[in-house]
Amino acid sequence: MDKFTRLTAIAAPLNVANVDTDKIIPARFLKTIKRTGLGKSLFADMRYNEDGTEKPDFVLNQEKYRKAEILVAGDNFGCGSSREHAPWALLDFGIRCVIAPSFADIFFNNSFKNGILPIVLPPEQVAKLMDDAALGTNARLTVDLACQMVVRPNGEEIPFDVDPFRKYCLLNGLDDIGLTLAHESAIATYEAKIPAWQPKLR
Amino acid sequence: MARTLFDKIWDAHVVDRMEDGTCVLYIDRHLVHEVTSPQAFEGLRTAGRKVRRVENTIAVVDHNVPTDADRLKGINEPESKLQIETLEHNVAEFGVPYFPISDARQGIVHVIGPEQGISLPGMTIVCGDSHTSTHGALGALAFGIGTSEVEHVLATQTLLQKPAKNMLVRVDGTLPQGCTGKDIVLAVIGKIGTAGGTGHVIEFAGEAIRALDMAGRLTVCNMSIEAGARAGLIAPDEVTFAYIKGRPLAPQGADFDKAVAYWKTLPSDEGAVYDKVVVLDAAQITPQVTWGTNPEAVMPITGTVPNPADEPDEAKRAQMARMLSYMALEPGQKLAGTKVDVVFIGSCTNSRIEDLRAAAHVARGRHVADGVRALVVPGSGLVKKQAEDEGIAQILIEAGFEWREAGCSMCLGMNPDKLTPGQRCASTSNRNFEGRQGPGGRTHLLSPAMAAAAAVTGVLTDVRELV
Ligand code: SF4
Repeated sequence: MDKFTRLTAIAAPLNVANVDTDKIIPARFLKTIKRTGLGKSLFADMRYNEDGTEKPDFVLNQEKYRKAEILVAGDNFGCGSSREHAPWALLDFGIRCVIAPSFADIFFNNSFKNGILPIVLPPEQVAKLMDDAALGTNARLTVDLACQMVVRPNGEEIPFDVDPFRKYCLLNGLDDIGLTLAHESAIATYEAKIPAWQPKLR
Repeated sequence: MARTLFDKIWDAHVVDRMEDGTCVLYIDRHLVHEVTSPQAFEGLRTAGRKVRRVENTIAVVDHNVPTDADRLKGINEPESKLQIETLEHNVAEFGVPYFPISDARQGIVHVIGPEQGISLPGMTIVCGDSHTSTHGALGALAFGIGTSEVEHVLATQTLLQKPAKNMLVRVDGTLPQGCTGKDIVLAVIGKIGTAGGTGHVIEFAGEAIRALDMAGRLTVCNMSIEAGARAGLIAPDEVTFAYIKGRPLAPQGADFDKAVAYWKTLPSDEGAVYDKVVVLDAAQITPQVTWGTNPEAVMPITGTVPNPADEPDEAKRAQMARMLSYMALEPGQKLAGTKVDVVFIGSCTNSRIEDLRAAAHVARGRHVADGVRALVVPGSGLVKKQAEDEGIAQILIEAGFEWREAGCSMCLGMNPDKLTPGQRCASTSNRNFEGRQGPGGRTHLLSPAMAAAAAVTGVLTDVRELV
């Protein structure tokens, strides 16, 4: 997993509530056995016409947002399924940070595990950033994870909360599995106490 | 201190607790399917890791499999074929128990877990699929995880988690005739919204929940994810124990008695505190149908389509207008009488034997309306067989329904069973998102009895008029 420390980038405004995982990456694109290559299918139904041509109105099809690395979104972003293809698709497109008033739990969790920082801010703050994002390439946002600060193009700093453990993992690009294996003896002790009546599947 | 059912299961599975409150949580059952596992096994392979406990793990194919009678002859769609073959290769390499499509036990992962006795009260159960919440109906803490977490569980048999908050949804009173678990859960989502349970585990309780059979309870917990909850739970009781007894992978004989003694300690203590409480009166519930493109856009079948102009909030008004245009519905239009093209009875929400019986009860002696395609897709090979043995399949076939092999089928557009653009479908599944059942498809979520009523009349219909 890539580290996330500080990012200064173009932010794309997607002022829609309840962007579900089928919108982020429709089910027909889940047939891959790889983690990469999904960026072209990100938001497919919002982004492309039936014949595969781009819908010019969609934000990521506008020239100024093609290199966006931050997404400013509406309430309950990422609701729906547990598919990790949603953060993979965002990441493959180049998005490293999503800012919204709220997120669905599983998506929120999956983002951290893939080096994407999801930031929850009050709706008034998100509205300001949405306005900034509307300015396109002229207005870059800075997201500083160590300081837990989003910096607006006008210099205003907006602090955000992040779980300390997730912050630590993201700052250091740490793999959860390695961290957990450090608890091996506790896991083995636990397993020794599983009641004998609990059936084995093999 | 008085603890909830969730607190008890959680506490019993904490292996280690870190300073910031993150827990290493032990996982008793890990269900694996073909869509969300390839990258996880690949990760194990790259890191040179093994599956820590194959005896806690089971794999099945469901999302991609075709549901036609010829499917054993081979799968045509190359990408689906590759995903299925990849799973078969992975389970062989890592030694994971597996139900292939040639096995009568194959079916939707959330149907076979309870059916086989794999999912038991008090357990932690995970799967790379959000509807893992289904298994909570047995009194297990069951939730969906992403592929990184699938890999994490395969490698360590644990997850790094922080406890969720407790929410109680109490449904008092008695459910009226013609209403089911599906109507309860749709009414709950209509009331609390698709983010109403975010950050919480919902415990469903109350007289109307107690009165449900296991199939109804599985339906309710299945859709707790549509209410935004991390998981759904129902305290185990005699209905639960009777359901589990004798299932192939459940404890047998004296072990079963020991298990029951433990399971009886699980229900929430008197005076346990919940962070949020919602109360519904079952007597007020009517057959529910969704009209929009998220599950909270739901109303009684007797209702009329809302008018965006009446919505004061601008963002909501715009969303509502967009939903109506996608669904091709007019404000003020009666929902009952809306013509449907397709009826889908199936999915992990409603494909159990009880669901098929309910559909057959409505379909008996009637016929699928002209121009309607109606599919019945049993949740597992064993449900299919039972329905055939009971004569339910025959009733449905004679009524003009397609009788198919087990799988996710038209619940999501990943296998050959799809809506074509513009088609309107009465569906017993759980998601009505745009394009969920195929690009451009329009989904109305409802109960199996209501779906059967739509099939035989060709329009959305109040099932209470037919039974
Ligand atoms: S039936 Fe539908 S909701 Fe259930 S596991 Fe399959 S695709 Fe998911």
